[in-house]
Amino acid sequence: MNGFTYHEPTTWPAAQDLIAREPDATMLAGGTAFTLLLRQGLIRPTTVVSLRRISGANRILADSHGGLWIGAMATHSTVVRSPEVRRNWPEFADAAATVATLRIRNQATIGGSVAHADPASDVPVMLAALDAQVIVRKPNAAPRVPIDQLFIDTFTTSLAPGEFIESIQIAGRGPNTRAVYLKYTPRSVDDYATVSVAARAEVEEGRLRAPRIFLGAVGGRPMRAMSVEAALGDGTEARAFADAAALVRSDIDPIDDVRGSAEYKREMARVFVERALRTLVA
Amino acid sequence: MSEHIIRFTVNGVRREQHVAAQRRLIDVLRDDCGLTGTKEGCSVGICGACSVLVDGEVISSCLLPATYADGTTITTIEGLARGGELTPLQDAFITEGGFQCGICTPGQLITATALLAAHPRPTDTQIDEWMTSNLCRCTGYHGIRRAIHKAAVT
Ligand SMILES: Cc1cc2nc3c(=O)[nH]c(=O)nc-3n(C[C@H](O)[C@H](O)[C@H](O)COP(=O)(O)OP(=O)(O)OC[C@H]3O[C@@H](n4cnc5c(N)ncnc54)[C@H](O)[C@@H]3O)c2cc1C
Ligand code: FES
Ligand code: FES
Repeated sequence: MNGFTYHEPTTWPAAQDLIAREPDATMLAGGTAFTLLLRQGLIRPTTVVSLRRISGANRILADSHGGLWIGAMATHSTVVRSPEVRRNWPEFADAAATVATLRIRNQATIGGSVAHADPASDVPVMLAALDAQVIVRKPNAAPRVPIDQLFIDTFTTSLAPGEFIESIQIAGRGPNTRAVYLKYTPRSVDDYATVSVAARAEVEEGRLRAPRIFLGAVGGRPMRAMSVEAALGDGTEARAFADAAALVRSDIDPIDDVRGSAEYKREMARVFVERALRTLVA
Repeated sequence: MSEHIIRFTVNGVRREQHVAAQRRLIDVLRDDCGLTGTKEGCSVGICGACSVLVDGEVISSCLLPATYADGTTITTIEGLARGGELTPLQDAFITEGGFQCGICTPGQLITATALLAAHPRPTDTQIDEWMTSNLCRCTGYHGIRRAIHKAAVT
């Protein structure tokens, strides 16, 4: 295995200075993906900048409008246990709890999951349905990027070299906002999803408004179920759900792999989208 | 290529090790500290054979950069028994048939120790949730579950 020069800056500005000097630097967060990529020779970094000692980088805060601010270095376990997340977006904690095993959740960070951009990952799909904003650090700026714009393709984000994720924000919910994350793992509970569905909508008297639906593991990035959303429109009742869910087949682009054939995943996507919609109004 | 000095406490003993930046915690534990009770199975974070406690949390030592051990307190399988006396959990693994070949056992005991610290009287559901992290090809898991229940009441 190749060696590299390793740094542990303690503040965001110090991290930025380092990266400005070493534009090819690779970021290191929890290390669950990094360690494997390194050992498999898929990355050969010369400089590595760990974010683990940056003070406050793993904090989770609630704002006064019911929103959340999640530091990039917060682990999945921190999210699952966070009273702030449980209070404001318990569905997000539920989604984080579906990731792998406790042991992986104790080490893998939220920022790492988003930056790694594995289309089979769970948290990115839920964050997309919740319209999260990614606070990016780059020289002389800290833009907010809607998370939907961050994901390009498998293992590819819109982050340029030298840019990194500082935190993720989720806006507060309304009194009628409902959300759900369903992960289908027919082989074992700690597996990656065969198909996953994150859905959010406003629900009043059993009618659904402003649905936002994303799927995981069925394309190069979290896939938005545009046709389903369009068919649902505003004020849809449950009897229209099955027909709307069937349209998901054309919104996704799954591949044949060990978790099922592309055709099987299309069929399961339909089943789980309908199930997600029914859960929202239940 | 950089080298780093890491300081940590493992099983109550303070240590200072020189490590190259790309090393993993499991290599430092086994090769530098001689703590070979921690096993390497899959090397990719799935099997749990390499489980250790870092500041009380179960992690895969095959996935953790060794530099991340700096400043932490680590418990490995060698740190469970005190003065040759097994913990109630270790005893229960023996009496309830919690192992056969033994390769997964250090990891099982580490995870179960953390489970009992978090939930002194765990339900079957809690046991399953936690122990899903650790694969066993021999026991069929029932002996492990029984052992944890037994240790919980003693
Ligand atoms: C056995 C196993 C099972 C898994 N199962 C699941 C599962 O079921 N569901 C799921 O969703 N995921 C699963 N994962 C993936 C896991 O969630 C990711 O590996 C993890 O989230 C990555 O986070 P990390 O903190 O470990 O990142 P690292 O490994 O440290 O980094 C990952 C990548 O992101 C970059 N990076 C990290 N942080 C930042 C940042 N703040 N800004 C910019 N770039 C950054 C790094 O440079 C690197 O390229 C599994 C992983 C393993 C090992
Ligand atoms: S060897 Fe680390 S989890 Fe299998
Ligand atoms: S005892 Fe043999 S693998 Fe568990």
